[in-house]
Amino acid sequence: MLKITDLVKRYGTGEPVLKNLDLTIEGESVVSIIGSSGAGKSTLLRCINQLVKPTSGSIVLNGTELTALRGKNLREARRKIGMVFQGFNLVDRLTVMENVQSGRLGYISTWAAITRRYPKADIRRAFELMERVGIAQYANTRADQLSGGERQRVGVVRALMQQPEILLADEPTASLDPKTSEQIMGLLRDLAGELKLPVVINIHNVTEAKEYTDRIVGMRYGRIIFDDKPDKLDEAAMEEIYAGSPHADRGGDRVKAS
Amino acid sequence: MTSISEQFGRDDWTRFTLRQKLTRWGTLAGCALAIIWALSSIRVVWDWVWGAPEQIGDLFGRMYPPDPSNLDTILKVLWDTVNIATFATAFAVLLSLPVAYISAQNTTPNRATLWLGRLILVTSRSVNTIIWALLFVAIFGPGIVAGIIAIMFRSIGFIGKLLGEAIEEIDTRPVEALEATGASRFKVIVYAIIPQVMPTFWAVTILRWDINLRESTVLGLVGAGGIGIILQGAIDTFNWPEVATILLAIIALVIMGEVISAFLRRRIL
Amino acid sequence: MSAPRDTWVKPPFIANPVLRWAVYLGLIGYFGWVGLTMPIDWNRVAEGIGRAGRIFGGAFPPSFERSGLLIDGFLESLKIAVLSTAGGVLLSIPIAFMSARNVAPLPIFYMGRAIIIIARSFHPVIVAILFVKAVGFGPFAGVLTLIIYSIGFVAKMLAERIEEIDFGQVEAVRAAGAPYFSTLFYAIFPQIMPRQIGLAIYQLDSNLRASAVVGIVGAGGIGATLANAFGRYDYDFALAITIVIVAVILFSEAVSGVIRKRIQ
Repeated sequence: MLKITDLVKRYGTGEPVLKNLDLTIEGESVVSIIGSSGAGKSTLLRCINQLVKPTSGSIVLNGTELTALRGKNLREARRKIGMVFQGFNLVDRLTVMENVQSGRLGYISTWAAITRRYPKADIRRAFELMERVGIAQYANTRADQLSGGERQRVGVVRALMQQPEILLADEPTASLDPKTSEQIMGLLRDLAGELKLPVVINIHNVTEAKEYTDRIVGMRYGRIIFDDKPDKLDEAAMEEIYAGSPHADRGGDRVKAS
Repeated sequence: MTSISEQFGRDDWTRFTLRQKLTRWGTLAGCALAIIWALSSIRVVWDWVWGAPEQIGDLFGRMYPPDPSNLDTILKVLWDTVNIATFATAFAVLLSLPVAYISAQNTTPNRATLWLGRLILVTSRSVNTIIWALLFVAIFGPGIVAGIIAIMFRSIGFIGKLLGEAIEEIDTRPVEALEATGASRFKVIVYAIIPQVMPTFWAVTILRWDINLRESTVLGLVGAGGIGIILQGAIDTFNWPEVATILLAIIALVIMGEVISAFLRRRIL
Repeated sequence: MSAPRDTWVKPPFIANPVLRWAVYLGLIGYFGWVGLTMPIDWNRVAEGIGRAGRIFGGAFPPSFERSGLLIDGFLESLKIAVLSTAGGVLLSIPIAFMSARNVAPLPIFYMGRAIIIIARSFHPVIVAILFVKAVGFGPFAGVLTLIIYSIGFVAKMLAERIEEIDFGQVEAVRAAGAPYFSTLFYAIFPQIMPRQIGLAIYQLDSNLRASAVVGIVGAGGIGATLANAFGRYDYDFALAITIVIVAVILFSEAVSGVIRKRIQ
C-alpha cells in the first residue's frame, strides 16, 4: 500500500508544485493520473521514488517511510519501486539484455555488474519477461536499433526485473504512435493483474486512461481535484481538470473536489 | 525618402559603409604596424637572412644522397619511439579517466574537486611536451622513462578535457532511470555513463596516439629517448647524409601512424 | 515452447573468435614484452625521487628577479609569432591553391600536397634544429620554422575549403567574361576569406605557443631563456618563466577564441 500524506514540493522559493497532496493506492489497482501540463503529475511520481526530494509531507510504501531515507537505505527502497519513462531512458549503446538486467543493479554485486555475469535466476526471469512482452529475440540487439514500442517494452521489462512492489509510469505512451500506445497500455494493465502489482500511470490521453485503468486521479496545479472510477469522469469533471484560468488556482483558495 | 527611380539614377556604389571601411582599414593598419614593429626590432643579422636561401640549399645539398649504413640502429630507435608514444598514451588514458570524471560538471563530487580537475587539465595542457621533458630529464636522467612521463603528462590534459566535455554532454535520462532502480553511484557510472562516452574515448585515444607519435620524435633532442637522440647526434657530428635517412624514417613513421589510426578509427567507431 | 534459458553472454566486440584472441594475445604480448625489455635504468629512476624533491625545493618560490630577461624573451617570442604568421599565411595561399584538387592540374596538385605532408610530418622542433644549423642561432631560425609549421596547417585547411567552394559562382563570373585574376578576386576569394582570417588568428595563437618551444633548441624567444635557466639549474627562474608561459597561453587562447567567435 502506498500512502501519501500532506505532500508539498516547492522548487526554489516559488509557488509550490505540489500543494498539501493526499493520495492512497491500495491493492493491485491500475491508477491513472491525468491533468494538463504543469499540473505536477511528473513531480508527484518522482517524489514517490525520491528522484525529486519533497519539501515536506510523508510517503509510506508498505510500512516504510520513504522521505527520510538517504544513501544505502534509499537505494534499497528504490529497488522496490519500478519506473517506466516517457523517453524510455534506455542506454542506447548497450544490448537489450544489459538494459533489462540494469533493473537488477540494486541487487547484484558490483563485480557481476561489470563483468556482465548475471545470476542464472535473473537471466531466466529476463527471458520469461521478454518472452511475455514479445522482445526475447532482441536480447543481443543494441537498444538503439529497436522501434519505439519495442524500446518501451524493454523499459517495462527493466522495471519489472526489480520485482517491484509498485510500478510508476511517467507518460509511458506519449512518445508512441496510437496503435503502439494502446498495446503498451494493455500490457501494463495485464501485467498488473498477472503480477498482482499496483501501477500508477501519468497520462495525457484521457480515452486511454478510461479504457485501461481502474481509477482516475485528476490533478490541477498541484492539487487532486478528482479521484474516482473512470465512468464517473464526466464532462463537468473534465472541464474542471483541463479548462479554466490558471490564475484562479494559483490564488490557492480553491476547495478540493473529492 | 529616395524613390526607386532616384536610386536607379545613382552612379556611385560602395560595398561598405564608412564605418565598416574604417574598421577594415584600421585592422589592416594594425596588422601592418605589428609586422613593422616586429621586423624593425627583431634581433637578427640581416646579412645572414639574405644568405639564408643559399645556406639552406647547401644544407640540403649535403644531405644527398641519404646514407642508409646506420639503418639498423635507426630502425631500433624508431621502434623505441613507437613504444614511448604507445605506453605514454596507455598510461595517460588510464590516468585521465578520474581527472575527466572530476572535471565534468555533472559528475564531479563537489566544487573543490571540480577546480582540482580543471587545474590539472590546464597545467597539463599549457605546458608543452618538450618543457615537461626538460623537467623529467632533470629528474629521472636521460632516457625513455623521462620521455614516457613527459608525453603522459601532456596527454592527460588533452584526453581529460575532451572526455570531460563528452561526459558533460551525455543524455541524463538513462542516468535518472538507473538511479530509480536503486543502483549505486558506481554501477550507474558503469551502465549509464561509460557506454555513452565510449565512442569519444576511442576517438580521442586514437587521435592522441597519432599526435604522441609525432611528439615522441623530438623528445630525444632534450635527452628524453627515441629517435631524436640519434638525430641530435648526427647533426652534432655534421653527418648530413645520415640526418637525411633519419628524417625520411620520421616521415615514414608519421605516415604509418596516420594510416594505422585511420584504420582503427574505421574499425572501432 | 521450450523452457527459458538461464545463461547469457554479452556478444563480443570482435565476432570472429580467432581474430579476437589474436588481438587480445597480441596486445598482452606487446605490452608485456616491450614493458619488460625497455632499456630502463631503474636505479637511476629511483634516484629521481630524491632529485625531484631538490628540484621542486629549488623552484619554490619562483623568482621574478630577472624580469627584464623574461620580458625580452617574451617580446621576441611575440615578434617571431607575428612574422611567421604573416609569412606563413601569405605563403599558404598559393600552396593551398596548388593542393586543391578542383583548381590545380594533377602534377601541381601532387607537388602542393607533398609540400603540405612534409611540412606537417616534422615536429617544429626538428625543423628548428635544422634551421639553426643552416642560418645560425636566434629568432630568424624560429621565424623560418614557424612559417613551415603554419603552412602545414593553414594550407591544408584552406585547400579543403577551396575544394568545397561553390563552382557556380566561378562559372557565373567567367561567363561574364572576367579575366583570370578577376575570377580569382570576385568568385574565389570572397568564398575563402572568412576561413583564412579565422585560420590566421588561430595560427597566431598556435605560433605563440610553439615559439616558446622552438627556442629550447636555439631558435630564439622565451624558450631559449627557459632552456638556459634549466641548464644553469636556476629552477626558481625556470618556474617563473613556465608560469608566465602558461598565463600568456591561456590569455592568448581566450583572446583568439573571442575574436574568432565575433568574426563568424
